[in-house]
Amino acid sequence: MNHDPVLATLTAPPPAEEATHRRLHDRLTTAAHAQGLLDVAYRTVDSPLGTLLLAATPQGLVRVAYAAEDHDAVLRQLAVRISPRVLRAPDRLDTAARQIDEYFRKRRTAFDLELDLRLSHGFRRRVLAGLPSIGYGATASYTAVATAAGSPKAVRAAGTACATNPLPIVLPCHRVVRSSGAIGHYIGGARAKQRLLDLESTA
Amino acid sequence: MSLKPFEEVVAEHGPTVLRVCRAVLGPHDAEDAWSETFLAALRAYPDLDPRANTEAWLVTIAHRKALDQHRARARGPVPTDHITDTPAPDSDPHIHHDDLWDALKALPPKQRRVLAYHHVAGLPYAQIARILGGTEQAARRAAADGIKTLRTTHGKGTPR
Repeated sequence: MNHDPVLATLTAPPPAEEATHRRLHDRLTTAAHAQGLLDVAYRTVDSPLGTLLLAATPQGLVRVAYAAEDHDAVLRQLAVRISPRVLRAPDRLDTAARQIDEYFRKRRTAFDLELDLRLSHGFRRRVLAGLPSIGYGATASYTAVATAAGSPKAVRAAGTACATNPLPIVLPCHRVVRSSGAIGHYIGGARAKQRLLDLESTA
Repeated sequence: MSLKPFEEVVAEHGPTVLRVCRAVLGPHDAEDAWSETFLAALRAYPDLDPRANTEAWLVTIAHRKALDQHRARARGPVPTDHITDTPAPDSDPHIHHDDLWDALKALPPKQRRVLAYHHVAGLPYAQIARILGGTEQAARRAAADGIKTLRTTHGKGTPR
């Protein structure tokens, strides 16, 4: 039976036809978008801080993730928290990818993107929403950020909001530092935070 | 248990479903059937039981799409000089150099489907009986008959 050419051909693993599958995949994402079935679109983008994952809902950019967060794990979280209709659809994130690239090339100091803040709630969301008001190249303390969000005593909670920022870089939590001058924790690691601060401080 | 991103479903099962569509419909219609299958699957995906056999679920959808295509074809006029504007799907060397897929097309529809679902997609006969209707024994027999025919029309004298 094993040498039967008929069975051998039928049961052979599918050949790798990358061009065909890429074409079919593009056709699927285009149709899915047209029919309102593309709940989460994603792509990756290269940056000086490694490969970043960008994900968007029809409302806007919903997630930026560093490689250290494990992009596969992030996509699985999005499938659970938003919708399992998750597809790689680079076109839908062209604008976000271009703006992030411009930011790292120092051609952009603020982002102009539709954002979907549904992954954070309550006080954390207020903290995150206030972050863009810390100007490019400037820093603020956790206390100042907590105060701006309406709870001057919630300094630790402000720290947690920054540490769990679903949209790092775009919502500039890297500009929030400790009053002592220490730079504090960062979702992409302390080194990434320092590099972003350095990038913004050099003229 | 929760559903994984649909992208993983496409990556894992896309190639096999395409082969099933080719075995059942031939290379020309296979890509349309594949696209309709995955679009319908994407629509229904949030309601899928995470413990379900994803491949059997996709083959079931592909099966219905293939039946739809046959019905549409029976109703509409058949194009004689069909020219595709996409890069020819049948230019794929795997198909081109293998007349087994042509031989498959000559089989009765039920045999062709059973062979595709069992040998290409790897589904057990009991599952195939649920998709096609009928009994497990009947599915098993259709597969045996199909293989027998293929051996005489195709397999004979072409060892590799």
